[in-house]
Amino acid sequence: MRLKTALMGAAAALALAPLAAVAQERGRDGEVKIIYWQAPSILNPFLSGGTKDIDASNMVIEPLARFDQGGNLIPWLVTEVPTVGNGGVSEDLKSITWNITPGIMWSDGTPFTSADVKFTYDYCTHPEGGCAQLTKFEGVTSVDTPDEHTVVVNFEAATPNPYGPFVGLESPIIQAAQFENCIGAKAPGCTDANFGPIGTGAFKVVEFRPNDVIVYEANENYREDGKPAFAKVTFKGGGDATAAGRAVMETGEFDYAWNLQLAPDVIANMELGGKGTPIAGFGPLVERIMLNQTNPDPALGADERSVVRPHPFLGDPAVYKAMSMAIDRTLLVEVGYGKAGKVTCNWVPAPDIFNSTSMDCSTQDIAGANALLDAAGYMDTDGDGIREADGKPMKLLYQTSTNAVRQDFQALIKSWWAEIGIDSELRNISASVFFGGDPGSPDTFQKFYADVEMYANNFSGTDPQSYLGNGLCDKAPSPDSQWQGENISRFCMPEYDALHAQLTTTADIEERGRIGRELNDMLVQNGGMIPLVHRGRISAHANTLGGVVLNVWDSELWNVADWYRIK
Amino acid sequence: MLNYTIRRLIIAVPTLLFIALTIFLLLELAPGDPVANQPLTIPPEVRELMRKALGLGEPMHIRFWKWLVQFFWIEPQVFIDWLTTTSSLAPILPDTDFFIACGNNTAAECDPRILSWQFRSPVMDIVLQRIPQTLWVVGTAYLVAIVIAIPVGVYSAYRQYSWFDNAGTFVTMVGFSVPPFFSGVLVIVIFSVQLNWFPSIYDTMHEVNNWDSFMFQIKQMTMPVMVLALQITSQISRFMRASMLDNLNLDYVRTARAKGMTENVVILAHVLRNSMIPVVTVIALGIPQIFGGAIITEQVFKVNGIGEMLIRAIEANDIPTVQTLTFIFAVLIVIFNLVADILYGILDPRIRYD
Amino acid sequence: MTDATQLDPANEYKPPRNQWLDVWDQFKKHRGALIGAIVFLFIVLGVFLGPLIWAHDAQFVPPVVDMIKLRDTRPIYTVLWESGAKVSWAHPLGTDNLARDYLARMMAGGQVSITVGLAAMTLSLLLGTLIGVLAGYFKRLDGPLMRLTDLFLALPLLPLLLVAVLLFRELLAGALGPEGGVFVLIVSLVGITSWMQTARIVRGDVLALKEREFVIAARSMGTPSRRIVLRHILPNVLSPIMVSATLGIATAIITESALSFLGFGFPPDFPTWGRLLFDAVDRMTLYPERVIWPGLAISITVLSVNYIGDGLRDALDPRIRGR
Repeated sequence: MRLKTALMGAAAALALAPLAAVAQERGRDGEVKIIYWQAPSILNPFLSGGTKDIDASNMVIEPLARFDQGGNLIPWLVTEVPTVGNGGVSEDLKSITWNITPGIMWSDGTPFTSADVKFTYDYCTHPEGGCAQLTKFEGVTSVDTPDEHTVVVNFEAATPNPYGPFVGLESPIIQAAQFENCIGAKAPGCTDANFGPIGTGAFKVVEFRPNDVIVYEANENYREDGKPAFAKVTFKGGGDATAAGRAVMETGEFDYAWNLQLAPDVIANMELGGKGTPIAGFGPLVERIMLNQTNPDPALGADERSVVRPHPFLGDPAVYKAMSMAIDRTLLVEVGYGKAGKVTCNWVPAPDIFNSTSMDCSTQDIAGANALLDAAGYMDTDGDGIREADGKPMKLLYQTSTNAVRQDFQALIKSWWAEIGIDSELRNISASVFFGGDPGSPDTFQKFYADVEMYANNFSGTDPQSYLGNGLCDKAPSPDSQWQGENISRFCMPEYDALHAQLTTTADIEERGRIGRELNDMLVQNGGMIPLVHRGRISAHANTLGGVVLNVWDSELWNVADWYRIK
Repeated sequence: MLNYTIRRLIIAVPTLLFIALTIFLLLELAPGDPVANQPLTIPPEVRELMRKALGLGEPMHIRFWKWLVQFFWIEPQVFIDWLTTTSSLAPILPDTDFFIACGNNTAAECDPRILSWQFRSPVMDIVLQRIPQTLWVVGTAYLVAIVIAIPVGVYSAYRQYSWFDNAGTFVTMVGFSVPPFFSGVLVIVIFSVQLNWFPSIYDTMHEVNNWDSFMFQIKQMTMPVMVLALQITSQISRFMRASMLDNLNLDYVRTARAKGMTENVVILAHVLRNSMIPVVTVIALGIPQIFGGAIITEQVFKVNGIGEMLIRAIEANDIPTVQTLTFIFAVLIVIFNLVADILYGILDPRIRYD
Repeated sequence: MTDATQLDPANEYKPPRNQWLDVWDQFKKHRGALIGAIVFLFIVLGVFLGPLIWAHDAQFVPPVVDMIKLRDTRPIYTVLWESGAKVSWAHPLGTDNLARDYLARMMAGGQVSITVGLAAMTLSLLLGTLIGVLAGYFKRLDGPLMRLTDLFLALPLLPLLLVAVLLFRELLAGALGPEGGVFVLIVSLVGITSWMQTARIVRGDVLALKEREFVIAARSMGTPSRRIVLRHILPNVLSPIMVSATLGIATAIITESALSFLGFGFPPDFPTWGRLLFDAVDRMTLYPERVIWPGLAISITVLSVNYIGDGLRDALDPRIRGR
């Protein structure tokens, strides 16, 4: 699917090449209207990491290099992507040198220089700033600027993947002149700068109304002649995905709707409106069921519940394998995601090099699952249709966040598990509580006061090293760490930790892929989680809007400069 | 009555302080995390730093005190400065400069305003930004509803069990039972998708400056006002009808008729006035709601007013915003309930509070 | 009120009758009330006894092959205007997108909605009337009680719910079992957050009533306050209370679904009318029946309660009953 989308994107780009070649006036196509059902609340991505905020700010401020729709790194504000081959990355993998394209201007007409890049580093790494993108600068010791157009990033240790700082949508460059006095604790006070950053992008902010609407106009100092085609962008936020889809595909009031998390039949019905087209692309997002490796029994005290191992029965390979076999993933995709979903058995389904092919889980096998449980000695001794483990009925508390598709999944999976003699009680929790890290709430996904829980997660960029780190023993949330930690299932295996350590020192991409796949298999096969669906992003654009290339590795609005009106 | 009003206004101060404290404690106690809506790719250590930058590290009583100072001392300064320098009253008022802004300056001392955790900008600025659309939509809906509901209630009671009354009962009851998350989408599907009469998304940037733009404003308001007004009309007209029915059978009505007064005078001057107490109560409880916005209706039509601001702030655990909005709301409730109490005395002079 | 029986000509030569029989007689004469009562009884019987006849499990999802075949079945009457529609006598109201029987879901949903609606409405009325009467009648209580009302009106609902759930869910679930606990929690949450309007309305009426001649007369006769309130004041504030009751039941049904949606209420596969309506809104144009049925059910319940309230009010008013 991704390949196909990429090809289609390329074809579209080719098709429009002759059009673009004719030198045309900037701003010739008037206004374009974008709707995000989550409204941006700030235009400074360093103060808020929400996708909505980052996407909205990315039309204005840009990184040095970014990912294209195929997940390949492309130069953006620099002449080329530095590699060991072209000498941009040092042999010891401890520094990377970027050469800024000469002649780039900020929208206020001042030149864009390496000082701005260095300033961005200082801004984000200030200890009192609370920068949301701090991990992008992990391991960086200093940023040097030998001259106006050269930036050297030095790392503490050999870094096999040095494309963290200043690369991708989360690490754009801000203007030093504008943010000079906004560093550290003063950052929140600079409302004007946070609401209207000066950038190098195709558009500049005219008015920003937080959580409501943004108006942009074409940047007259933009580096490419004749771009952007639109003179004005209206970016409306708020409401829900259904309303956004309707506004593009049924009423035609808007030109682009972001992230339509809707059931496939609902989207198909909207498409009949004839005014817009849905488009899908696949990143590494996976909907999965996490299996609790610890005991969540409410009878245990606050310091032991979901801390002490093992779970009464979920640790048994027969149980989690049977639970996985009982699930019909093909049907889940059909019911919940349609074109925007694929069956997956993997935790890391993309990029391709990290996508393991060792497992197959596309067919449901209730009989096989039952046989597996029978063989392991889990029998229904009292004839109530539920098997017993050590004399206690196998009953699971199955929680997830509130979301129509997730509740459908819960009902389906509950019915399949009932067929193999495992009973489940469902619970849904409002997303703001479930994903909130409040140590005072019993309902957060980190606390995991349930046997299994379902949600989706992914990683930014194309390298899953830190994401795979979510399986390390010491990342398990516990009372000592205020329930913070990303190893939600509390998976713990010394072999896994050792292999992950090996990944952090490996530079060769093929080798990294092999280790990554092995880590993926290790965690899934040892009962850390049951992957369900590889989820894509589905957005919609008006039929009159051309040049849209859905990019799941970067901002969806990454090529907004190339958008135009089909006449 | 004047004594009573003054006494109530004095009591209102400790009451409001107590309400402010209760709201604050409630928000503190409620589970929630202002960085919860950040993506899962941001690790816990960074989240902790972000929380610290929001000022969450400080103890509770200090944060409450800070908020009180900001709300009652600093924000009024900003307001006075605005009044004397930029508002339309500016020419006749002497310029003032009480407030010293923080942020992009190097002054040693400055006045920190109430900053939202979502926007990192002053909450009151956003409130001012949101008020126009809320007043347009919710305010109009209330006006429309009151204008329709009172005559409907009066006439339904006067002709009890006539076809008009029965039809009114049916419409109001169905209107009240159908929640706006359904009725809102229903009118969108009918009037926006099928008929293409009205826009389904409210344009908050729209400025009314001539006849055409006024007509557009009317067009984009029609659907939300319709949905809201139906609910409010149902409520008010039911109370109006019930109260009228109670009074129509009383002796004084018979006396008035016996004296030869016309039906109009009997109904409108005597019965209506005596039946207004419950209706005044309902309307007085409703006026703060105008400022509070209509959460679901605003969301369905993307009006993005105060109601939408409040619900988003609650979802994002943006405590300063929630605290400020609910407190403004509390002030309005206290004021309008006082107004209702005073109106009772005017409607029925026998009511005494002293 | 006690001499009402003497005014009834039909009972002229009979021994004095119980006044409640008179109330019932008057109630029966009220056509709207009688129809309302019958409809309400029908709905209640339908949702509580219906599942005995229509023995489908509302939460049952058929195995994969059947599910694909059976999902999104239309109601049987669709055939009337669309001959090719996918219908089946096995599912007269059709099925939802997971092939769960819609009739069974409507019945199961009705049980919860009606019980929660009635219980929460009763609680909120009791609280509202009690506080309203006390504040209106006793001057000394007026200030504190009305400030309390102001406080409750001002509290933001959602954080309040979060705190209540945090504090009481485990406690109640431990004491009453998971379902009983959730039921008590929801009913008390809805009740506790919706009494303020009733209280203020009742208080306003009581303030006016207690200065009327008949109350002053009763007081000058030395009638104790409790008797004045019960005998003279309460019957006269009945009509706004009845209106609050009908509006309250609709609010309670919708609020319950909002609570469950947020995750504070019943488990997600547990249908209620409010939830069925909410879930169906996205597919409103494809499957209108899925919004029409729950919407209709809520509306008809509220309408019938409204007419019962009308009839009760008339029947309890001796001035009307005498005519």
